[in-house]
Amino acid sequence: MNANKSNGVSIGARRAIAYIVLILLSFLCLFWFYVLFINATRSNGELGRGFTAIPSTHLIENMRNVFHGTLPMIKGMRNSLVISSFTALCCTYFSVMTAFAIQAYPFRGRQAVFSFILAIMMIPTQVTALGFVQLVNKMGLENNFIPLIVPAIASPVTFFYMKQYMEANLPMSLLEAARIDGAGEFFIFNRIVLPLMKPAIAVQAIFSFVSSWNNYFTPALILHKEHVKTLPILIAQLRAADWLKFDMGQVYAAIAFSIFPVIVVYLLLSKYIVGGVAAGAVKG
Amino acid sequence: MGSKKKSAVMGYTKWGYIFLIPFAAVFIVFQLIPLASTIYNSLFENYMSGLKHIGPNFIGLANYTKLFTSGDFMKYFKNTMIMWILGFVPQILVSLLLGAWFTDPSLRLKGQRVFKTVIYLPNLIMASAFAMLFFTLFADTGPVNSILVNMHVFAKPFKFMSNIWSVRGLVAFMNFLMWFGNTTILLMAGMMGIDTNLFEAAQVDGATATQIFFKITLPLLRPILIYVMVTSLIGGLQMFDVPQILTDGSGDPVRSSMTLIMYLNKHLYSKNFGLAGALSVILLIITGILSMIIFKATAQPENN
Amino acid sequence: MKKKWLALALSAAMVTGLAACGGSSAPAPAAEPAGTDSTVATAEPAGDEGSVLNVQVWNEEFINRVADHYPGYEKIDATTGKIGDVTVKFTITATKDNAYQNNLDALLPGNADAAADDKVDLFLVEADYALKYVDADVDVAMPLSELGITDADLDQQYQYTKDVVTDANGELRGASWQACSAGLIYNRKLAQEVLGVSEPEEVQEFVKDWDTFNETAAKMKEKGYNITSTVNDTYRVYSNNVSAPWVVDGKVAIDPNIEKWVEDSKALVDAGETTTNDLWSDDWSKGFFEESPVFCYFGPAWLINFSMHADEDGSVGKAGGWGLTTGPQGYYWGGTWICAARGTDNPTLVKDIILTMTTDEAVLEDIAVKDSDCVNNKEVLAKLAGDESFGNDILGGQNPYAMLAEGAELVDMSNISIYDQGCNEEFQRAMRNYFEGNATYDEALAQFNTAVVEKYPELG
Repeated sequence: MNANKSNGVSIGARRAIAYIVLILLSFLCLFWFYVLFINATRSNGELGRGFTAIPSTHLIENMRNVFHGTLPMIKGMRNSLVISSFTALCCTYFSVMTAFAIQAYPFRGRQAVFSFILAIMMIPTQVTALGFVQLVNKMGLENNFIPLIVPAIASPVTFFYMKQYMEANLPMSLLEAARIDGAGEFFIFNRIVLPLMKPAIAVQAIFSFVSSWNNYFTPALILHKEHVKTLPILIAQLRAADWLKFDMGQVYAAIAFSIFPVIVVYLLLSKYIVGGVAAGAVKG
Repeated sequence: MGSKKKSAVMGYTKWGYIFLIPFAAVFIVFQLIPLASTIYNSLFENYMSGLKHIGPNFIGLANYTKLFTSGDFMKYFKNTMIMWILGFVPQILVSLLLGAWFTDPSLRLKGQRVFKTVIYLPNLIMASAFAMLFFTLFADTGPVNSILVNMHVFAKPFKFMSNIWSVRGLVAFMNFLMWFGNTTILLMAGMMGIDTNLFEAAQVDGATATQIFFKITLPLLRPILIYVMVTSLIGGLQMFDVPQILTDGSGDPVRSSMTLIMYLNKHLYSKNFGLAGALSVILLIITGILSMIIFKATAQPENN
Repeated sequence: MKKKWLALALSAAMVTGLAACGGSSAPAPAAEPAGTDSTVATAEPAGDEGSVLNVQVWNEEFINRVADHYPGYEKIDATTGKIGDVTVKFTITATKDNAYQNNLDALLPGNADAAADDKVDLFLVEADYALKYVDADVDVAMPLSELGITDADLDQQYQYTKDVVTDANGELRGASWQACSAGLIYNRKLAQEVLGVSEPEEVQEFVKDWDTFNETAAKMKEKGYNITSTVNDTYRVYSNNVSAPWVVDGKVAIDPNIEKWVEDSKALVDAGETTTNDLWSDDWSKGFFEESPVFCYFGPAWLINFSMHADEDGSVGKAGGWGLTTGPQGYYWGGTWICAARGTDNPTLVKDIILTMTTDEAVLEDIAVKDSDCVNNKEVLAKLAGDESFGNDILGGQNPYAMLAEGAELVDMSNISIYDQGCNEEFQRAMRNYFEGNATYDEALAQFNTAVVEKYPELG
């Protein structure tokens, strides 16, 4: 093939550099999981002595302590799963819908709506947190998943991404063809637009699932009853245990345990992204 | 793009409004109402002293003047931008580089799937758990120090958490690790929309990899790139959890790693609705301006 | 008008949200799991008191104490139990990000108007912020006298544990079962090597006041040892012995004893005789192990029993290598106070729990023996001090109770203020910058003042 390029660097050398950089980056990424795993195998006492690279023998014991302790870890995982899944669903589905509204329909004021959403994109959670909690309390929605899931419907950042993606990948001609065939607007959205958006949806579904899974700030303000708490809250409780029960080995084991489902979800969805479902979609 | 023929259009434009309803309804309830109360509160003296409620007393713009005259605001703004740039520059460069490599047909990298999958993994770890690992590794007696001392880089352990630039560096490093995979995935998703025939055609015409990247990949990535820059800037201005956890909320040494949102968080402790509200409003204005600048700067002249 | 509109918008959002989220047959995501209804179904309340006792806690410590020691407590699951006909519900809110106090702040002021089964009946506080809740003006914690608890009931408790929960009018609004008086925990081997003695009374001579303590630090340094693991080890000792509260007449003042801490600590750090590490960090806990260069720690019984990694091979504690002595000044560390929430609908039960858990000698002795708490009862501690079987292996067989009992008498907490938590935290933080050379003393002090005003705007 075109072995030597005019810019002087051979393919072989470029490939070697690419591999070295990639392997280095992969090491940097995976290393933390190794450390986490090592720490999950060590007892509280061993952890107090600082880090070592060799795993110890307490993994089973730590895991047993986590599950047979008084914290409802399994229930916590179920709660986390429910909240994160529905958050990801609501977030992606409705963001595509909003983006579609702006992208496909030349209604009056659409530029203004778009600019407005862009402008409100940067409201940090902390800014409205106090008002948000007061509102939730007034509505009687403490200890309820609704205030954690429903707000994801209005996710300006995800919307913005969907809009940008549509701009590059959704040909209006396709919609018009469908309309000529007599398709209704909901049908067009659900059957034509959504499938075309799959890679973008997969990407944003991962992001919103993960950030919801790891979110401590908002759930901690809303969930107080034991049976509705999510994993990050339970882990925070584990870390705040009294002296009699304080056990960092258990904390690390719980963290390792809580990471597992996200990894699974990620690997499932990442197949979508990495494999290139987009290939069959729209060209040009 | 949208300005196609406007003949039978009117029949379905109303669907634009219909599809906006869920967003609008949720937004109004869960964001606009709290936001409105934030802005309203910024004009009052209103906080908790223990369990006693002080105020609300109307004080006009006094909260705003207080923020600017104390000088703290500019300091934390500077810190935030420094740490953001320290993390973002390598992040966007590495992501573009990886994106270029992954899409370069002449490189034919093996194991791409594995690499693509691995780079996002750090983001799966909770920031607080991540910080715990950093503490363990970068402790005075931790493994990083013992390696550096053994290699004679330092004569005695380096106190990572006691030096302005090492703390900022660690914050940036952690942000980089957590987010470069995210950026790369975004860019790759954008790149997958690019017709591979374009690359091959360019190659046949004798274009170099560099040329392909700058002449084909980059321009076609523009919408996604804008997205990455804008959201990263906003994310940067909202930087909170990493420095918060890494410095236990102190932003030390000498508050050199205190970000704007950490500062805001300080006022939440006393439920200081007034000052926190004013700070939020300023933040909102700044981010708005900055993202408009990026947006305008990268927007190409309207065509079609 | 506005409300109606809000409700409308909200229900619209809910309907669209749930319809789309739920899909075909999936259950609504936010269905409130059963729990509230189960309590409704329980038997009628005994007498005219509430059928649910709600207790706010930040960890499981008190839950376990009640479950293990309160007569008649039937455990149902980790956070619920029954006492007679009354269901006891514990709600745990972790202290992280101030969440525990935020939760109390939201619940307590409106507690009297809450639904009967939601009313908070008991809540726990720590010393650093206790005054915030026992403040007579806000009146969220009931005076114990209103419950019918008399001074005579509490005469075996240590004075400092009462100081912590006494309001400005001298009224007591809480009680603790723990007396966390603390001492200086030294490494016997290093004492023998450097000082030539290893028994508590002899070592005390070398640490009897701060000047002597600092001289000893220099001796330790000569042999390559650190006097403490970090400057933060000694902070509590100095700050417990101040002559005035942090805030007087709305002004923050640095007490001479706190200034002395800064002076002494700066000298120690500059001489390389200690570090500026955080408590609980890896570097701090390294000193619990054999190869460590740390001469002493400061702490109460729980630190010795649970935090010094004494169950770990290679730790000083496992080898029984620690000794306990009074140290330069008396102080305490930790402890949990029980308060009765204003508005409780179970005053009789609340009274009985407070009395049983903090004054019943049999219960307290049981707690001391089974949970290794240093309990808040002079009689019980005296008994344990005289019993040779209570020698502590970690301390090489030394019985710590005599010293701890004596120490608890020395602690004086009459100078606490509602600002203690914020001031202590921010002061240590700010001064770390000074110790490490990142700021001058005045700069560090300015940072402290800024931070305090952020936390307590009324001090600005």
